[in-house]
Amino acid sequence: MADVKTSGAAITFDKLGKSFAKKGSGQVMALEDISLDVAPGTITGIIGRSGAGKSTLLRMVNGLEQPTSGTVTVAGHDVGRASGTELRRIRREVGMIFQHFNLLSSRTVYGNVALPLEIAGVPGAEIKRRVDDLIARVGLEQFSTRYPAELSGGQKQRVGIARALATQPKVLLSDEATSALDPETTQTVLKLLADINRDLGLTILLITHEMAVVRDIASHVAVIDGGRIVEAGETYDVFAAPQHPTTRSFLSGITGITLPSFIAGKLMSERPQGESQEVIRITFAGRHATDPMLAKLTSELGIPVNILAGAIEEIGPHPFGNLLVSVEATRGAEARAYLERHELLTEVLGYVG
Amino acid sequence: MSANLINLLIEATLQTLYMVAISGALGTLFGLPIGVYLAVSQRGELLSSPWVNKVLGLIVNAARSVPFIILVVAIIPFTRMIAGTSIGTTAAIVPLTIAAVPFIARLVENAIREVDSGLIEAARAMGATPLQIIRKVLVPEALPGITLGLTLAVVSLIGYSAMVGAVGGEGLGDLGIRYGYQRFMPEVMLAVVVILIVLVQLVQSLGEGLARLVDKRAPRNRGR
Repeated sequence: MADVKTSGAAITFDKLGKSFAKKGSGQVMALEDISLDVAPGTITGIIGRSGAGKSTLLRMVNGLEQPTSGTVTVAGHDVGRASGTELRRIRREVGMIFQHFNLLSSRTVYGNVALPLEIAGVPGAEIKRRVDDLIARVGLEQFSTRYPAELSGGQKQRVGIARALATQPKVLLSDEATSALDPETTQTVLKLLADINRDLGLTILLITHEMAVVRDIASHVAVIDGGRIVEAGETYDVFAAPQHPTTRSFLSGITGITLPSFIAGKLMSERPQGESQEVIRITFAGRHATDPMLAKLTSELGIPVNILAGAIEEIGPHPFGNLLVSVEATRGAEARAYLERHELLTEVLGYVG
Repeated sequence: MSANLINLLIEATLQTLYMVAISGALGTLFGLPIGVYLAVSQRGELLSSPWVNKVLGLIVNAARSVPFIILVVAIIPFTRMIAGTSIGTTAAIVPLTIAAVPFIARLVENAIREVDSGLIEAARAMGATPLQIIRKVLVPEALPGITLGLTLAVVSLIGYSAMVGAVGGEGLGDLGIRYGYQRFMPEVMLAVVVILIVLVQLVQSLGEGLARLVDKRAPRNRGR
């Protein structure tokens, strides 16, 4: 047996690496030195651009890809070393949903959900009972005799989710499960995933290129870039204080805090001669997130503040705000020091003349 | 046309149907698994076995390169071994089947390769064995394509069956040659051609109808 003692994590990546043979000359590193613990019962999002290696990473959890170095451990099983019957047994403990649903066009909704149970050799009467339950859980009772071609994208993904849950897995892998859906349908599918995570205590590992998906349901996030994890932690912490440029660029896409173009166009990285304004990003997090800090800045220090863009939203139960402001460049340092003293994060984006 | 000739036409039609039906059934019996194996044994596929695949592919190609009329006479000893005789309608089923197997195998292979690889990945993720993937995913998903392929094969067999007169196989083709051509009876030739056209039309319509029936890929009004 390839069982390994673990720290109680549902999924553990340990110094995982994956390289592909390149035609002609040598190897291409797809993933390098990936170490990450996914705690049981959490929803963890892995975010990265296409080609960052996140899909390969996900596929190593159920052995669709084999690591070239390091290990992946799922519920105590070393997946990379498992093969044959043992690997198939592990796979039944890991459900998977896909961007393009991957439903069998030749089977009805019922037949699709029953497939993993047939494969696992579950007796007919038991299949019927479990499939009916699953179809009810995802709210498709009316559709059980329909074929996938007759369903909408959101309904298809619900079938995919029901199918992934059929063998009562401990872990659910989601491969860009909402990327082919419109925003409204995405919300209902994400809510279904969150409900399942809560009700069944299922660990969900999802990969996505949309930070909004992470914000909406993931308690933990890992950012992957160039085959490495560049940042990982609780979603709130990463959103509040992104360290890596890749993380920041993902965040700027969803927090409504890109600079208005008339300012972005004039932005200089060096402070120019003469009068100028310093453009600062302020991140409100933690207990000061709802304090009127800008008003205090003006009243206590007498520094006038221009608000350029901003948004306040929630990540899980916590409020989280982002503001882009400008102040007189001569007083920028003073203003930032004051804000930092009050546990707000600041970052100088540049200067405008 | 005399009653005698009409009887001959009916008899020849039944003989053609007999040869095509049996060789089509046997061709499917052997061609289907070979076609499936050709598809799944390619490099990187489910039962990846590039060398076996290559050799099998060569054999299939070789069999398909031989013109049917040559095949019929070339395998006479083999036909005698299988059918006990090398002459007659039943004996003609042997070369027809030999021609049908590689043809059907290639058609099935193409249909299987059309199946979305995402479905194979989903089935692997469920813990399916290669055999389960073939039985529960690949063949059912390829069924519309396989049905159309078999239709094409049966139509070709109707054409091939006209050549087996060379070894004493009867049927419509043989009737057309012996009566229509050699005895200068153009009305028999015309009747044979008309019956063949009707047969092919029927097979084609039936095949397309069946393919539509098993094809659930496109949404359509199901009368609800």
